[in-house]
Amino acid sequence: MIASVLIVIGSLFFIVLVVVLNGASSLSLEIFTQTSEGGFYLGKGGGFLNAIVGSLLLAFPATGIAFLVGIVIALYLQRDFLHPGIAQFIRLCLDILWGIPSIVYGVFCLTIMIAIGMGGGSVFFGIVALTLLEIPIITRSIDESIKMVPLGLKESAYSLGSTKYETSIKVVRKQAMPGIIAGILLGFGRGIGDAASILLTVGDSNYFPTSLFDQTAALPTMILNLASMPDHIVQRKAYAVAFVLLIIVLLISIITRYLTKKSSKYIIK
Amino acid sequence: MSSTLKDTILKQKMVLIALFIFLLSLLSLFIVQNVVLFALFLVVFIILLLRHLIHVTRKLYNLLGTRIMMIITVSMIFLFFLLLLTLLQGSFQIINDQSLAELIFSSNWKPFSGHFGLFAVIIDTLIVTAVSMVIAVPISLLTAIYITEYAPKKFRQMIRPFIDVLAGVPSVVFGLCALLVLVPIVRDSIAPLFGVSTSSGFGLFTASLILSIMVFPIIISLCVESFSSVPLALKEASLSLGSTKWETVKKVLFRASGPGILAAIFLGFGRAFGETIAVSMVVGNQELIPSTLFGPGQTLASLIASNYTEVSSIPILASALIFVALLLFIVVLIFNLLGFLVLRRASKRWKY
Repeated sequence: MIASVLIVIGSLFFIVLVVVLNGASSLSLEIFTQTSEGGFYLGKGGGFLNAIVGSLLLAFPATGIAFLVGIVIALYLQRDFLHPGIAQFIRLCLDILWGIPSIVYGVFCLTIMIAIGMGGGSVFFGIVALTLLEIPIITRSIDESIKMVPLGLKESAYSLGSTKYETSIKVVRKQAMPGIIAGILLGFGRGIGDAASILLTVGDSNYFPTSLFDQTAALPTMILNLASMPDHIVQRKAYAVAFVLLIIVLLISIITRYLTKKSSKYIIK
Repeated sequence: MSSTLKDTILKQKMVLIALFIFLLSLLSLFIVQNVVLFALFLVVFIILLLRHLIHVTRKLYNLLGTRIMMIITVSMIFLFFLLLLTLLQGSFQIINDQSLAELIFSSNWKPFSGHFGLFAVIIDTLIVTAVSMVIAVPISLLTAIYITEYAPKKFRQMIRPFIDVLAGVPSVVFGLCALLVLVPIVRDSIAPLFGVSTSSGFGLFTASLILSIMVFPIIISLCVESFSSVPLALKEASLSLGSTKWETVKKVLFRASGPGILAAIFLGFGRAFGETIAVSMVVGNQELIPSTLFGPGQTLASLIASNYTEVSSIPILASALIFVALLLFIVVLIFNLLGFLVLRRASKRWKY
């Protein structure tokens, strides 16, 4: 038993350590200040600021849209609005959507792109793919936290004469705030790290995207591109990108912890 | 009920009166042409309208808000079926072009000459997933048991956030580590250990290894959750009957959290089955059934990732890849439905 614990912790630590050690040693200031236009893939200088910007440009709008849609669905799935059987069916649908490999969303967007004759990829379709990917994640995790809202709280809101809409938007939402924050950040973490859906939809570029229909670089796809280069020195640059991605994921989890703690001060136990 | 009905009728009357007064004010403006009268009637009208609106606004918001929520929820289900239909429609071309049997039971994948047999890829996918689950499930179960039952409290508090963070590490990072670290290890030490000296390191085994590492955090965190929701009284009852701790774990904990463990395994399976990037980086990307576990292969998901760039030059390849995506979708669908049914049956049987 202890051996298996050691295997798990050892292997996971090992991966983090490999990325951190190799990544930290290949970090430099120019990585964060320059784009990859000057032959970054060929072993010359340059950085990946455009990939960082691209990733954030994809993940932020996608998370925003997915949150707006997700919280509405999660509130609507409760017993106040919907027959529990129907809600169960929708939950099953969402669970299936959660379980679908992200590349299927990529293929879905690719199909639409081919159908309307826009090959090559764009920021817009990247956002669409990520939104589709994040909606089930955010919805289901918000839903789980809303389920935990005590019935008495809702009942007292109703007994004061508030409508269903007022109760769910003003009372239930506030009470479920820690879970909502955790759900949003979970979705954001999945979105920013997901390579498969982005790979098929955003293309690649060495510059900053200037419009919604430009191609763009993103951190995960850049790791993939760098890793597939034959030159070993260039391959090692992927560690630096992976390190940045890892730092972002770590930051997200720290922020989640902080915000959930902060917001759970105000909820009624 | 009747009082609300009365209320509504009363309100409707109020609206009618308000409208009547508005009409009067218009009359006074255009026919009597008296501005003072017009202003008087208008003020009365506005007051009546405002009173009515205050009553109505909250209900209106409720109605509108509920309707908007319903529309979004319904469109979500619609999206689910849209996804399925789009994939079905996209793969019609390839199913018409080649028969379904040929697609699934021939292992001849040559996009440039128009052959799209997926048999080898499907078998490779099954092998990779099965091997990774065989490695991951026992180890993660034991770890979860250790964390919930045996570990000191401090260790438990330390390990939970660690595993949660690791569950969020992007798959491409795992893939990178596998590519640059695991591949040489498999090539130089593990493959020769099993008597395969010609392995390049890229192969099914490397892919299963990295997949099992990726699946650890998922299975562990779900199992820990379902283990810790087993009521203490059950365990105490078992211990008080004289069973040892391990017997309690085996006969009480495992049975009581059986559905949870199953759900965790299903979820881990889904992740391993559909993982794309990490697998495509190390699996070797050759559409054949290798003679050993260490030979190069291809899984369904990584097939899409390594072939999508040629979509523009071979139109029918797009349809073939959509068909592969459809397969992934359907398998995940079936597994989720199975998991749902098993859980529902189990939660009826496993009552405590």
